[in-house]
Amino acid sequence: MASGIKDKVAIIGMGCTRFGERWNDGPEELMVEAFQECVKDAGIDKNEIQAAWLGTCFDEVMVGKSALSASMALRLPNISVTRVENFCASGTEAFRGAVYAVASGACDIALAIGVEKLKDIGYGGLPEFSTAIGTTNALWFPNLTAPGGFAMLASGYAAKYGLDIMDVKRAMAHVSVKSHANGARNAKAHLRKPVTDEQVMNSPMIAFPLGLFDCCGVSDGSACAIVTTPEIAMSLGKKDIISVKALQLALSNGTEIAYKWDGAHFTTTTKASKAAYDEAGIKNPREEISMMEVHDCFSITELVTMEDLHISERGKAPKDIMDGFYDLDGKLPCQPDGGLKCFGHPIGASGLRMLYEMYNQLLGRAGDRQIKDPKFGLTHNLGGFPMMNVCSIAIVGKYGT
Amino acid sequence: MIGITAFGGYIPRYRMSRMTIIQNMAWYFPVIMAVAGGEKSVANWDEDAVSMAVAASYDCMTGKNRKALEGVFFASTTMPFADRLNAGVIAAALNAPEEGIANADFSACLKAGTTAAISALEAIASGERSNVLVAAADMRKAKMATMAEMFIGDGAAAVLFGKDDVIAEFKGSYSLNADFVDHYKGVGKDFDYQWEERWVRDEGYGKIIPKAIAGYLKKTGANLADFAKVIYPCYFTGTHRGIAKQLGIDPSRLQDNMHNVCGDTGTAHPLLMLASALEQAKPGDRLLLAGFGQGCDVLGFEVTDKIKNFRPARGASGSLAAKVDLPNYQKYTKFRDLITADLGIRGEANPNTSLTALWRKRKMILGFVGNKCTACGTPQFPSLPMCVNPDCNEVGKFEDYEFADKSGKIQMFTGDMLSPSVDPPAVYGLVEFDGGGKAFLDFTDCDLNQIKVSMPIQMSFRRRMKDQTRGFTGYFWKAVPKVQG
Repeated sequence: MASGIKDKVAIIGMGCTRFGERWNDGPEELMVEAFQECVKDAGIDKNEIQAAWLGTCFDEVMVGKSALSASMALRLPNISVTRVENFCASGTEAFRGAVYAVASGACDIALAIGVEKLKDIGYGGLPEFSTAIGTTNALWFPNLTAPGGFAMLASGYAAKYGLDIMDVKRAMAHVSVKSHANGARNAKAHLRKPVTDEQVMNSPMIAFPLGLFDCCGVSDGSACAIVTTPEIAMSLGKKDIISVKALQLALSNGTEIAYKWDGAHFTTTTKASKAAYDEAGIKNPREEISMMEVHDCFSITELVTMEDLHISERGKAPKDIMDGFYDLDGKLPCQPDGGLKCFGHPIGASGLRMLYEMYNQLLGRAGDRQIKDPKFGLTHNLGGFPMMNVCSIAIVGKYGT
Repeated sequence: MIGITAFGGYIPRYRMSRMTIIQNMAWYFPVIMAVAGGEKSVANWDEDAVSMAVAASYDCMTGKNRKALEGVFFASTTMPFADRLNAGVIAAALNAPEEGIANADFSACLKAGTTAAISALEAIASGERSNVLVAAADMRKAKMATMAEMFIGDGAAAVLFGKDDVIAEFKGSYSLNADFVDHYKGVGKDFDYQWEERWVRDEGYGKIIPKAIAGYLKKTGANLADFAKVIYPCYFTGTHRGIAKQLGIDPSRLQDNMHNVCGDTGTAHPLLMLASALEQAKPGDRLLLAGFGQGCDVLGFEVTDKIKNFRPARGASGSLAAKVDLPNYQKYTKFRDLITADLGIRGEANPNTSLTALWRKRKMILGFVGNKCTACGTPQFPSLPMCVNPDCNEVGKFEDYEFADKSGKIQMFTGDMLSPSVDPPAVYGLVEFDGGGKAFLDFTDCDLNQIKVSMPIQMSFRRRMKDQTRGFTGYFWKAVPKVQG
């Protein structure tokens, strides 16, 4: 019986760039900026890193294939560097590679870095993915985009719970209003203006019922982490040690798109979160999780995810959201750094950016966004589309708690 | 006995009032006001001659065995491929057999539909084949503010010829050739080049059709007075009636030229008029059919008692009734690529179609064939090697399962303004099929504000992409929501 990842690996350093339209920086500049902050935070020499993982998604428009871009930009000492890609879970996948390498004993110190340079394509939104869905799917897949794929979920959710789609849209609007309020307090966030419910409700339609303010920022950015064993962390003089409590991934196997599915939840998140709670020893997530950074690529994604994480009851996420349960001053703050919505979403960096916020909150470094005495922080990524997707979940906390 | 054993028609959903053209373009060429009445059919942006022929063929094959087809003939002057058997695409969309079948394209003049019909009947008469499906369709482009723009409509017809359960017995044919160039379209040209109307009317339709009918009567010994309906195309309504008068045919026996309801559908038109006539025909009725274009074909039929046993799924009349007005002339001109509107950089993507993958997956893509697991009975799409049912997951225990003719319901949907589309928003969603199985599909022939979860859908074969760089046209199936009222 596997013992799980809990408390086997510590994060000793993290870095994250300002996310945004970084017109004058390429992926190399972004990686170096995040890396320098991370190495300084870790207090090690970069040549002590023994293995590295790079997470990127759209290699076609960015750094190209392989991990050479990271190895060369960071001038790593001819160590193993591996590029991983798993849609929006790519950053967390890089983290998983580094964490598992340390946990296995294959190396002492490992690096995970994620980067995405999205603003080099000449148009808004994500790069079009007609060549990213596979040769056979390219022969028949609908003419879809990311907002359209997720917008479908709102119609499925409203139908399942007998709700008026406009009532669902109102709850979705509050998801965005809350994240904008948080993002406004974050100097590294892409979008830093608070918005009102009316502004969100009346924003231009992108994919019914998602308006512009239901969609996350499309940004450039990089984030990274250096991990080691708790013992080495202690030997480096680290006092507050942040350790990995759970790290889970779940992928669709085709049942949603081709068999049985209610169209109102994420099968993968429902399973991955359960496995993560088991791994972390969490019995009641609604009470025990202190804070979350979840994959709010679109407001409806965050709304439904609150139920899939077993925090809001099925059909009750709109009520919890409207009650302020997930606001920064609520019972379980969600997206304290502004989320994908406002911090931005350079895909390969996003999972590591979420961990960066949880790490800083656990160390009491979050400034005027600081959450009081957090114990467990949860991060969640959801890549692909509601009917076929990749979900990653990480839980971090103070070592030994 | 050989003859017609089934028939069907298809007129696209959009109709544009000719007044709409006049309101937009009469400033440029006021002569178009001479044919102001009625409306023309306009194919949706994702249709073409092949897709419309598939729709008419399914309409025709209602209750007939597509697996028993021995030939599919396609007639059109607007085939998407100059070299790739267009009839073969239609046959694949019909899930017709691949072996023991001979398919062919008939093209290059507007009577290609009747010529294909004669060839089909000859093949059956020779004993070489027991049935042939003839489909004809045209989606002709016309320049803005022309008489052609006023006259031309889009549409398709299909007729199944065979030996069993004949509903209209074939009573011989007669053809004549005349290199009478009323219009022509050079290779590589988008538009017809038209000669003077007065000459076309008087020396073309007005002389060649009567001459061919006379030839048929002489050859077969039939008497024109015995025909319940005389069917020939002629988009000049006055000339259409004038020919009847000249032949001594009472207006009640002249099949309507459909100018008012859809316009002239080119190669499809004689067969579309025939399909309309057959919907009204009684046992014992004799029908005379003529096709016109660089000559004339004439065919005679006699309706049998078996006509009582056949109805197309919707028929030309059903298609005509299921119409939506297209009041937006600019939309029509964009659908036909008569104007340039920007799709944005996102719309520039033009991935090459893998012909090897298309060959492997031809049943799936063209025929919308999925799998049914023989172990657990689950229908599924797309076809992967292992059963999707998590309690089964058997490998390779599948039989073909056709989704094209299945009804279903919308499970979830959206209307996407970001997706590059010439008719935004791009509407798509997940569909659950009656009898099991689901699919993620584009929707078409619908308005976003009319769609709801659980609304029933039916499937339609559509043009999915047009690769302007390489000249390839890709097809797949889309869901058509059945909007009530």
